[in-house]
Amino acid sequence: MAQIFKPAMNTVCTVSIFVGAVVPFAILFTGSRITRGPLNTKVENPLDQPAPFSHKHHAYELGLDCRFCHTGVEDNAQAGLPATEVCMTCHSQIWTNSPNLEAIRKSWESNTPIQWNKVNTVPDFVYFNHSIHVARGIVCNNCHGPVNKMPMTWKGEDFRMMWCLECHKDPSKYLYKDDAHPELTPKQQVFNFYKKLAAGDPLTPEEQELADGLPQLVPPDKTHEGVALMKERGINVKQLKDCYICHH
Amino acid sequence: MAVWLDSRRGAVRAAKALAAAIVTAALVGGCHQDMWSQPKAKAQSKNDMVFADSSNSRPTVPGTVAYGKADLDHEFETGYDRNGHLVKEFPMPVTPDLVKRGQDRFRIFCTPCHGELGDGQGFIAKRGFTQARPVGNYLTERLRNMPIGHFFDVITNGYGTMFPYRSRIVPYDRWAIASYIRVLQVSAHTPVSEIPADKQAELNAMKYTPDQDAPKELPIGPPPARELNAPGGQAGNRVASGMTTIPAATNGGRH
Ligand code: HEC
Ligand code: HEC
Ligand code: HEC
Ligand code: HEC
Ligand code: HEC
Ligand code: HEC
Repeated sequence: MAQIFKPAMNTVCTVSIFVGAVVPFAILFTGSRITRGPLNTKVENPLDQPAPFSHKHHAYELGLDCRFCHTGVEDNAQAGLPATEVCMTCHSQIWTNSPNLEAIRKSWESNTPIQWNKVNTVPDFVYFNHSIHVARGIVCNNCHGPVNKMPMTWKGEDFRMMWCLECHKDPSKYLYKDDAHPELTPKQQVFNFYKKLAAGDPLTPEEQELADGLPQLVPPDKTHEGVALMKERGINVKQLKDCYICHH
Repeated sequence: MAVWLDSRRGAVRAAKALAAAIVTAALVGGCHQDMWSQPKAKAQSKNDMVFADSSNSRPTVPGTVAYGKADLDHEFETGYDRNGHLVKEFPMPVTPDLVKRGQDRFRIFCTPCHGELGDGQGFIAKRGFTQARPVGNYLTERLRNMPIGHFFDVITNGYGTMFPYRSRIVPYDRWAIASYIRVLQVSAHTPVSEIPADKQAELNAMKYTPDQDAPKELPIGPPPARELNAPGGQAGNRVASGMTTIPAATNGGRH
């Protein structure tokens, strides 16, 4: 009887074992890269907006407080986007002929809301709440990327569940406190950070990273400080990973 | 036999096709996004089903009182008493907490135009807000003598070219800001000799360097010329601007 497996089959075997073992993983890996990549999550892709509103200009160069426009962020689940009236507070007098502000003036004159394209979203089955995060001293840049550097707003983080949990597991790394101003409440610390940026005050390396949108405030060798902050602010992580916190 | 075999193959094939269909259906069905975008109204979101303008947020009818906010205290809500006179007393005790809250809010909403000192030299003022009319200076004689209700009224209803803040600042915080304005006015007109001795050294150590662009006589000086020819006080100003007549209910709806 003739040999069924010719010597050449050795190669075929090796190759097919290799392909069988590697290709599925390669496909899964590529798939996960694609779903988690900017193409799907829209991270770092600025959206088209009715008016080219710049946070870099208004929040950093002019130094306007986030709460001037996002009035809900301290007390409500939603930060909220500003009404046309808020823009007109200044633009009734400043840059009144700019074509970039045409949409704002039209909205004001016709009394119809501007429709901004939403940059950040979580699915409807997730209940996010701004007020608690701001009250515990988590800076906006932690979740939204370097807002102070955005000429057009982009999404700073992908808001996958794993990303939320990474912090909920141990928020101690991400709590902000300016050691020069220990008297400020955690909430005031958040907005003081942007004041510091606008004033051009010297920043610590950690603050610089936060300004660049690379949060991890407390370096690993200072974890005890973060843990102490967590105690001081009354953060209890025991239930923070429970499903009902975000899905209810 | 062959016939039986064939029909069995057919059955197997059919079963296979069915299984494939079920798996495909499950895979495709698993992807549908019902829970992702539920038919519910979230603040400022878009909704084509109910209202013609696709906005879930309804514009407020004039006189709308937010749920739970019906405070029937007229003076607290308007800054005027029942006879139409500006109130001269705070409708609440003035505590350090109230003033601190006022400072906090003042620095968010007012410093861009009025400056940290209330002298009208904020960064927006310097960028051209003064084109039509200069930003108000709290430290002038006229404003220092104004009843406290005036400041509450200006924040609530706007003044001349200044926009109203009714929809952005709750009444309690408006009073808090008014209390902080009084603090600014008093502190700018208190001689150093009247300050406790231990604080004097602290104050002298702080150097106040007036802004290069600011008129030299600030923060204390004669009222700007505009006040002398302002048309018929505050009502006249409001009509002159013509802006506060437009309803202030353009909540930015969006997707
Ligand atoms: C002058 C008003 C103004 C100020 C001040 C301001 N914003 Fe905004 N913000 C807007 C407007 C208008 C939009 C919507 C247009 C856009 O997305 O760019 C927006 C959008 C955003 C978004 C994206 C919202 C979405 O669609 O998901 C974030 C995040 C944000 N702002 C954060 C901040 C932070 C942080 C600060 C303070 C450092 C700040 N903003 C200060 C007006 C303002
Ligand atoms: C506190 C005052 C203030 C507010 C409130 C404000 N802006 Fe501005 N905005 C400015 C100033 C000042 C400039 C730039 C002028 C300069 O460069 O000197 C500007 C510039 C702009 C420009 C660029 C204009 C051009 O032609 O380059 C746009 C667009 C703009 N703002 C949009 C908005 C929108 C939208 C809002 C409302 C969410 C808003 N602004 C609210 C002060 C303000
Ligand atoms: C812990 C993370 C986190 C922090 C800190 C945070 N945000 Fe957000 N923000 C989110 C998420 C998640 C969304 C999307 C919410 C949604 O889709 O309902 C969002 C949405 C927004 C929006 C869009 C409008 C809205 O209300 O949904 C604005 C504006 C905004 N954030 C501003 C801010 C500002 C200003 C700060 C700082 C004072 C801040 N955020 C701090 C996570 C955060
Ligand atoms: C940088 C850290 C950080 C990130 C990122 C973060 N959180 Fe939080 N979250 C906190 C902290 C700290 C608390 C406050 C816990 C406390 O005080 O007990 C909190 C509290 C909450 C609460 C309220 C819990 C309660 O007790 O009612 C909700 C809901 C929540 N987070 C949802 C989210 C969601 C959804 C995301 C992702 C989109 C997210 N968080 C991302 C740090 C974070
Ligand atoms: C800190 C907030 C948070 C907690 C706690 C949390 N989730 Fe989530 N979950 C999210 C967010 C945000 C998403 C949306 C992710 C996305 O948009 O891809 C999500 C998505 C999901 C999804 C859909 C995932 C998908 O891609 O199909 C499931 C299922 C889920 N969560 C189950 C759970 C369960 C079970 C628990 C408890 C063990 C839990 N979650 C706890 C925030 C949370
Ligand atoms: C966008 C710029 C701007 C902002 C922000 C602003 N104002 Fe004004 N304010 C003005 C201008 C301009 C005038 C002068 C108006 C006029 O005379 O036509 C004025 C005038 C005033 C006056 C004097 C009224 C009088 O009798 O002469 C008071 C008091 C006042 N503002 C209080 C406030 C308070 C309190 C805030 C914060 C909640 C505030 N303003 C925020 C621009 C601003």
